[in-house]
Amino acid sequence: MRRPLALLAAGTLAALALAALPQTPSRAQDGETEKAIERYRQMLKDDPWSNPGLLDADRGEALWSRRRGPQNVSLEACDLGRGPGQVEGAFAELPRYFADADQVMDLETRLLWCMEKLQGFNRSDLLKRPHPAGGQPVKELGAIATWVASKSGGAKFAAPLGHPKEKDAVALGQALFERRSGPFDFSCTTCHAEPGKRIRLQGLPHLANPDEARKVIGEWPAYRVSSTHVMTMQHRLYDCYWQMRMPELEFGSEVSVALVAYLVNKAAGGEITAPAIKR
Amino acid sequence: MKPIVLALAALVAPAALAADQPAVDPARVEATVKAAFRSAPPDWQPRLIPDETLKECSATDNSPTAAQFEAIQKREAATIRYPDDGNFVGDWKKGERLAQSGYGLRFTDYPPRNPNGGNCFACHQMTRQEVSYGTIGPSLLGYGKARGTAPEALKTVYEKIYNPHATFACSLMPRFGTNKVLTVEQIKDLVALLMDPASPVNQ
Repeated sequence: MRRPLALLAAGTLAALALAALPQTPSRAQDGETEKAIERYRQMLKDDPWSNPGLLDADRGEALWSRRRGPQNVSLEACDLGRGPGQVEGAFAELPRYFADADQVMDLETRLLWCMEKLQGFNRSDLLKRPHPAGGQPVKELGAIATWVASKSGGAKFAAPLGHPKEKDAVALGQALFERRSGPFDFSCTTCHAEPGKRIRLQGLPHLANPDEARKVIGEWPAYRVSSTHVMTMQHRLYDCYWQMRMPELEFGSEVSVALVAYLVNKAAGGEITAPAIKR
Repeated sequence: MKPIVLALAALVAPAALAADQPAVDPARVEATVKAAFRSAPPDWQPRLIPDETLKECSATDNSPTAAQFEAIQKREAATIRYPDDGNFVGDWKKGERLAQSGYGLRFTDYPPRNPNGGNCFACHQMTRQEVSYGTIGPSLLGYGKARGTAPEALKTVYEKIYNPHATFACSLMPRFGTNKVLTVEQIKDLVALLMDPASPVNQ
């Protein structure tokens, strides 16, 4: 019971802190609001064991070594870039080019590939509902991704750029990041092209700025308090496109991988803290 | 000398572009987008295709050249449809509800259970009462108080909401009228929220 109570207490304190704000908005109040939100975040971070995302990482670890799928094999032969079964530090070097698939893959796309090619899962089944609904736990692939990412905890992002397709993925990601379409005419840059901006009270990182990208990209997969589950990076991007009034972004698509490649490139040298806790 | 200068400019331009623009073929970007959203129903396909204005804004990181700026504003102004009765002001109370609502056009919003919202508070400060406001757009507190209620001022606000590119090319704000996010009546309600002296925006 300790964990939910700790979260509840943190949330209540934050709500009180926000409610105590003066009712007359001003520049000074903007600053106060930011501080109150930051206190809330800090309270969530202060007790690392209050992070429910660790339960999903544990589930992911068990799923990784369990024999599963039509082939009834574990994922221990899955090569995440450092050789079959090498998990430690692998996430820090993704996305990268994989010769067996002849494409650049981020962690989630690579896990999708291993679950299909090694375990024999049907790809279209895995693509059907890849992300949890609100309140539902992260799916199995996402739980595995959470565990794998946690095994690069403390490492710094160093995705390779030696292969032309790796450079190309970053460039494609930038073009996609800046590309406007849909009924709201939004691109990623609509919200993430300037420092210090907010939607409602939610702060928006200026993701084209390496300093800001390094602070947040390594947090994903992260436990998200507002939806009470772990959200992977591809789920986060899917959710952004939902907000942008675009159709459903396909899991493992080239758009997903290229955007991750672009963001991780901006965050190069940033520390991996996944699974972090987000609002 | 002029043709030579132009020829030189043409030679230099692609290299300069390559420095801050990704060397990605635009056609490939579009094909990649199409593939990544392939579950989109046929009537959603237009959402995937940027029009001329969006193409120019994206390619220049929303900083069009002076010539593009002029051309975009002219093109976008031509899309504005005005209220039949010539009245630009609706009901500020309805406008406030619209400004609070982010409902509509998300893929979980079908079949629609509510009218589309304008979600103005997501990006703008508008009233003293609402402290949960975003800062992507400028504060609109006291917007009407500063501008008065002359017909030309009301028309300008209507146009700004209907199509912000008509007055500021490559604005980040959605083209609420042109893109059929909001109806003419809804836009009038938002004009009222901003301009009506009784609206909380102007208190």
